[in-house]
Amino acid sequence: MRLLAAAALAGLLLPAPAAALNIVATTEDLASLVREVGGDKVKVEGIARGYQDPHFVEAKPSFILKLHAADLLVVVGRELEIGWLPPLLNQCRNPKIQPGAEGHLDASLTARILEIPTGQVTRAMGDVHPQGNPHYWLDPGNGRRIAAAIRDRLSSLDRANAAFFAQRYADFDRRLAAAEARWDAAMAPHEGLKVVTYHRSWPNFTERFGLDVIGYVEPRPGIPPSPGHTVDLIKEMKRLGVKVLIIEPYFDSKTPDSIGRETGARVVVMPPSVGGEKEIADYIGLFDHNVALLLAAIRDPGAR
Amino acid sequence: MRLPALRRLGAVAFLVGGLVGAVHAQEPTPSPVASPPPVVEPAAESAEIEALRSAIAALRAEYSARLAELEARLDALAPKAAEVASEPPPSPPPEPAPLVAPATPPPSASSKVFNPDIAVIGDFLGAAGHDPGASPSPALEMHEAEASFQAAVDPYARADFFFAFSPEGVEVEEAYLTFPTLPGGLLMEVGKLRGSFGKVNTQHNHALTWTDRPLVTRNLVGGEEGLADAGFSLSRLVPNSFAFFELTGEVYRGGSELYQSPRRQDLTWLGRARAYRDLTESANLDLGTSLAWGRDGRTETSATRLVGLDATFRWRPLRRAMYERLLARTELVWSRWEDEAALATPTSFGFYASAEYQFARRFFAGARVDRSARPGLPDAVDTGQSLLLTFWPSEFSQVRGQFRRTRYDEGTTAHEFLFQFLFSIGAHGAHVF
Repeated sequence: MRLLAAAALAGLLLPAPAAALNIVATTEDLASLVREVGGDKVKVEGIARGYQDPHFVEAKPSFILKLHAADLLVVVGRELEIGWLPPLLNQCRNPKIQPGAEGHLDASLTARILEIPTGQVTRAMGDVHPQGNPHYWLDPGNGRRIAAAIRDRLSSLDRANAAFFAQRYADFDRRLAAAEARWDAAMAPHEGLKVVTYHRSWPNFTERFGLDVIGYVEPRPGIPPSPGHTVDLIKEMKRLGVKVLIIEPYFDSKTPDSIGRETGARVVVMPPSVGGEKEIADYIGLFDHNVALLLAAIRDPGAR
Repeated sequence: MRLPALRRLGAVAFLVGGLVGAVHAQEPTPSPVASPPPVVEPAAESAEIEALRSAIAALRAEYSARLAELEARLDALAPKAAEVASEPPPSPPPEPAPLVAPATPPPSASSKVFNPDIAVIGDFLGAAGHDPGASPSPALEMHEAEASFQAAVDPYARADFFFAFSPEGVEVEEAYLTFPTLPGGLLMEVGKLRGSFGKVNTQHNHALTWTDRPLVTRNLVGGEEGLADAGFSLSRLVPNSFAFFELTGEVYRGGSELYQSPRRQDLTWLGRARAYRDLTESANLDLGTSLAWGRDGRTETSATRLVGLDATFRWRPLRRAMYERLLARTELVWSRWEDEAALATPTSFGFYASAEYQFARRFFAGARVDRSARPGLPDAVDTGQSLLLTFWPSEFSQVRGQFRRTRYDEGTTAHEFLFQFLFSIGAHGAHVF
């Protein structure tokens, strides 16, 4: 009897086996990076799907439930989620993941951000992001920086597994470096290739891989294409001989298709996020997929 | 740490540069002064030159002393600076020369950093046609300008203020404090609030899918203002694996159009249960039931009990979220008038059913059916039908037209065309789903 009581007491006093950290990421890209670093020591869920425009996610109550149970929230930041994350955070009743808390990680704080506007910003410029372009995960260098920030935060939340996270990060770092060498080799012959994109989603990607963006289908960020702008864009594309037009899967392809027909440019539907196509399972796979798409478009221009 | 250190270093460098410049500027100065102008008397002149020379020498000594001091300081800083510079970024990636430093904190104007998010939303309404009802809307009206101020108060609370400027004057539409981090899955709000009765009552004018409020709101749920009052709201998530389930309890002083109690002990009570479930990733169902009770001030002892049911179905395919969506919603309200002195307790019923479909990136079409009895008069029924078309130039403005037919219980009928311009500037907090 006494033995039993002692055993029960010991059971109470011994620390319970640490449960896996419950992590929510606002996008599939961040979720993938968390998975790379956290492995089986974390449970991670993304909110925005890879084929969804991350600016226009709905603040559904089902997301409140996810956030309610989270130990860590990883956000893209730079106001990408401003239209839907604040009400979710206000209602999730979880102090651990509120801005400023240890369980709130803004991945943009250690990333290299492009297009930070200088001078006056007004909405006459369209839907500009006053804190810089939030599509920064599309540079593998930033993927590495985000992974390092995730490693550091996971290690401080779960010190017992810090070595595990460090080792997973080192492994990811090595695989990413090998993949980068592969992508660079494939893209090097096409340095300076002129392209047009639909939205300003790609500055980090195009800079990293040496593409030259000469225009956008949107006349201003977030403003749908207008006939006048489209005509000007077609003229410019013909003049410069642009053969590749990149659009995101969540935009209507009608205007880009007609621009493609006019100019002979190939319209490439390029997913900007993990899960944008079924076969894109992780962060490295996203670049594999997109680099392959670009190479195919370069080899076989104007096929559409 | 890194930035202030660099900035200090920069300031020192600037100072040193400035001083060196100053010293250099001093050096050639003797030449015009020293080369004696031939006309003036030599004795006085040479004395003057001597004085100047000694002054310059003194200046030089002073400057070189200062310079030496600054150099020493710079040397002391240099190893630190090197440390800062060589502090490795997360693992230096092979990439072209960076345009921006790796760590780029969001820019902010320091003087404005604690300002709340401020927005102003204009709601301009126009009406044409004939309305024999009691309160026809004017031909043209700046119906409301809503100013909002929203920010975190401290790590424990946030505050939201909404002021409505209308032809009737200025009114605090809502002003409340929210505690989002209470233990036990609780969320508390305190202040002047729009009561959680159904869906439409919690929405501000600019968030509605119509230019007006439904007949049932106007007849039974507190008129144009709705149930908005000073009080507390406490809500709790009830975790379960099947659906999102939320229970809300609220208490108000009784100062809205519907609930009016002059006595301190007569409070208005409100309760709501809401269940939400995703049917697919694109479709979901949102159900709720609400209950409100309070003194209505019509007689000393009279009270009104409201019971509401609401259902919302939403469909929005994720891949086409920008171009297509459907929202269908209905709310049913039973209003029972109770008076200890009166024998009858008449129950008036009203409802609306509405649908809005987005068929292009900038266009929405909608329809609404209305039917509502008047309070205390279950047989006095007004009915209405509306057709709507909304155009969105951008996320921040919209133009809406509504054709509305209303048949009043008196037997008269109104046919109206209402149009609305909604426009917003500033940073308006995103709306609750």
